[in-house]
Amino acid sequence: MQASTHTSPPAPTRETRRNVRRFARRNRLQIGIIGVLVLLWLFFLALAPETFGQRSIYGAFMQSVPFFGIVAMPLTMLVIARDMDLSFPAVMAFSVTVFVLLYQSTQNVVLAFVACMATGFVLGLLNGLLVVYIGIPSLIATIGTQFFWRGMVNVATNGRAFPLTELRGTPFRELMVGRVFDFIPMQMFWMLVAAVIIWFLLNRHQFGAHIYLIGDNENSARLMGVRVRRTRCLMFAVVGLFAAFAGLLTSLEINNFFTNLGEGYLLIGLAAVFLGGTSVFGGVGTVLGTFVACFIIASIQPAVVAIGWSGFTTQVIYGFIIIVSVSMHAILRRRMI
Amino acid sequence: MEQPYRLELRNVSKSFGEVQSLRNVDLRVGMNEVVGLLGDNGAGKSTLIKIITGYHQPDSGEIIFAGQKVDNLTVAKARALGVETVYQERALADQQTLWRNIFMGREITGRFGFLNTKQIRAETERLMRGELGFTSSAVSASSEIVGFSGGEKQGVAIVRALYFQAELIILDEPTMGLALSETRKLLNFVRDIKRAGKSAIFIDHNVFHVFDVADRIVLLDRGAVAGEFRKDELTLDQLLEKMHHVAETGSLD
Ligand SMILES: Nc1ncnc2c1ncn2[C@@H]1O[C@H](COP(=O)(O)OP(=O)(O)OP(=O)(O)O)[C@@H](O)[C@H]1O
Ligand SMILES: [Mg+2]
Repeated sequence: MQASTHTSPPAPTRETRRNVRRFARRNRLQIGIIGVLVLLWLFFLALAPETFGQRSIYGAFMQSVPFFGIVAMPLTMLVIARDMDLSFPAVMAFSVTVFVLLYQSTQNVVLAFVACMATGFVLGLLNGLLVVYIGIPSLIATIGTQFFWRGMVNVATNGRAFPLTELRGTPFRELMVGRVFDFIPMQMFWMLVAAVIIWFLLNRHQFGAHIYLIGDNENSARLMGVRVRRTRCLMFAVVGLFAAFAGLLTSLEINNFFTNLGEGYLLIGLAAVFLGGTSVFGGVGTVLGTFVACFIIASIQPAVVAIGWSGFTTQVIYGFIIIVSVSMHAILRRRMI
Repeated sequence: MEQPYRLELRNVSKSFGEVQSLRNVDLRVGMNEVVGLLGDNGAGKSTLIKIITGYHQPDSGEIIFAGQKVDNLTVAKARALGVETVYQERALADQQTLWRNIFMGREITGRFGFLNTKQIRAETERLMRGELGFTSSAVSASSEIVGFSGGEKQGVAIVRALYFQAELIILDEPTMGLALSETRKLLNFVRDIKRAGKSAIFIDHNVFHVFDVADRIVLLDRGAVAGEFRKDELTLDQLLEKMHHVAETGSLD
């Protein structure tokens, strides 16, 4: 292997400055979103110090954000490839239904867990097959599957909730949603693990390389031999897998399985993806952006309450944020092309 | 007996709905031959080469690589058989980095499909300073290609095709958008392909370019082969005359 061409060494400060600029340019979206989070928290801290000055609010974030954050990150992959999955809340619920029914009948938590994950994976894969091989746009296909699996949940459970109190104090539950140092919820740890996995897939694996290419220009990808169909199918399966895991975490945390599990997560999950800088036009998006955006989304409601605005304001702000972030992308894109 | 051809198409036809883009096309490319493909807009040149690269499946006909018939050719299979292509539409991903573009579809990977980004970047950097001739320090392997000029993008597509040591290099209007000096460089690349004992299919609307580098010229007209000439059989003027004749009457004589 040849070494890259040697350039005459310029003044080190100039070189450094150029590298810093280049780094900033390349990571402008991620730096931007972190800046937004910090500014918002400072703003909230100033307006509502009695809430945002306390440790417990951050504990609450770490407790609840992973429930949708863990799906929002694989969802980011999907959106980068210009696909969409509206069925993940229903997939959450159906996978946990499998967990609950299997656990009740066998008392084998490992078996129930594995079956739950497998269910999520398979339901995701089914989405992928519908989209890729039958050719239904993913937005439409997953509207269909979301009704179908939500319906199946209700059919299988008769709409009844299942208490999971039996699992209290078991090593399994501790591992999933226990507290570290009596403060940090395990689900936060799992969200970090999920972020690292998706980051590696997207940035250091051929799978992710192909996802970016498909989202950027599917025709080019196909001309250059990217196996577009296989990649897309797998992507949907990964989302399903993570949805199952997140659903299980949610149910274990509240010691109950409700058949409407996940229903509140669809829109905030998607909002986090778009706010995090993933472009609806495809080919652009980062895991870090989504990760940070999850916390931004989650802090708006408590902030609104703490500041003393009406709770209705929350949705107005969500709406505003989504419109602004998507507009920004449209404008940036127009300027680029 | 005779040496097998690098590539042989037999009786290949292809339709898109009502449009028959190719009808009963036979094409041969020798083991060390540059074939020039000429024809009007819509004659079916790009369709033909996309069949060779595995992007389109022919409706009927056979594809034979080095004497071996290949069924269900895919892009990956064709690349494994040593076919590299500069597509007319360039096949780049604008918002992605230079290294992602150069290694598109055949990333250098280690175990479990993880990218060897260090090697990919180093190779890209080397190609950039060498073949691509980018000297500006503003451009690096991690630059998005969206800001590149048309010619620079074309350069990326060309360098990518030449990098992988292909046996058969297909160039579909590679001079599109290139300045004079760059065009000359490209024609030299094609001569290098010949000199290195490899083969090429060269498509260009500029007859002078094609006549310059091709060993043999195939005229395509409305989806069918209208004529075939070895370059030493005729002069440029005769070729031009035949092309006019074909364009007007649809046949050689
Ligand atoms: N994917 C497709 N779907 C439908 N029709 C197509 C498709 N690809 C090519 N065609 C049609 O096939 C015919 C041949 O097109 P092709 O692109 O092969 O021509 P060409 O010789 O490369 O022309 P040009 O010199 O303009 O590039 C045209 O009539 C075109 O409209
Ligand atoms: Mg063409």
